[in-house]
Amino acid sequence: MAKSKPRVKAPKSASKGDIVTIKTLISHIMETGLRKNKKTGKIIPRRIINKFQAKFEGTEIFSVDIDTAISANPFFQFSMKAEKSGEFEFIWTDDNGEIYTKKSKLTVS
Amino acid sequence: MKDLSRREVIVLGSTAAAAIMVSPTMAFAEAKPAKALLEKFTGGKSIATGKIKLEMPEIAENGNTVPLTFTVESPMTEKDYVKRVIIIAEGNPRAEVATFNFSHLSGVAKASSRMRLAKTQNVVAVAELSDGTFYMAKTEVKVTIGGCGG
Repeated sequence: MAKSKPRVKAPKSASKGDIVTIKTLISHIMETGLRKNKKTGKIIPRRIINKFQAKFEGTEIFSVDIDTAISANPFFQFSMKAEKSGEFEFIWTDDNGEIYTKKSKLTVS
Repeated sequence: MKDLSRREVIVLGSTAAAAIMVSPTMAFAEAKPAKALLEKFTGGKSIATGKIKLEMPEIAENGNTVPLTFTVESPMTEKDYVKRVIIIAEGNPRAEVATFNFSHLSGVAKASSRMRLAKTQNVVAVAELSDGTFYMAKTEVKVTIGGCGG
């Protein structure tokens, strides 16, 4: 499988008190562990992103505990109230232990 | 091939009827894990309706990727906010879809994602508020092509 590539669409600036919307997407197969390999008849082992976290200046603002029913290339849209300038950190955790991260800066005026 | 006698036809017919009779009980058995999940989520507390809105298409042509958006009415302050929202698909091989955790920093208790649906079924969203109350929304989605096939 191709390496998972996280993508984030977050605003760069906002006015204090605004509610900003963040969209995230990561390329991932999200193998459910319920499918069988048609040739061998063996079950294809589960491999999904099991956790997504969004932090702002180190504090968690939003997270998702993910099960197999979330679609391939998991997409999440959520919000944050802009109070101060700082940095977002987005973290995806893979079943195989790999962690993918992406950062984005927000300036609040 | 010999033609089926009248008696054989009757026997076949009753077997088919028996198979149909079984299906309601199967549907009941299927809904059980969803119920157990809900009980685990709420700790056995009662769930009210309202406050939460779950938006999904009425008909999903492709069960592999069905958009969902939910919104919970809440001021989202430090004292009064939505803690988490669980999404349950009653008819999927695994009923649990995801749990969304919010904080008062979220601003609004609204999120969107995309999910898989194996077949036509009810999708349930339950929100836990910071005061320990639970609210539920339910919506039926008709699925043309299931999203869990191999």
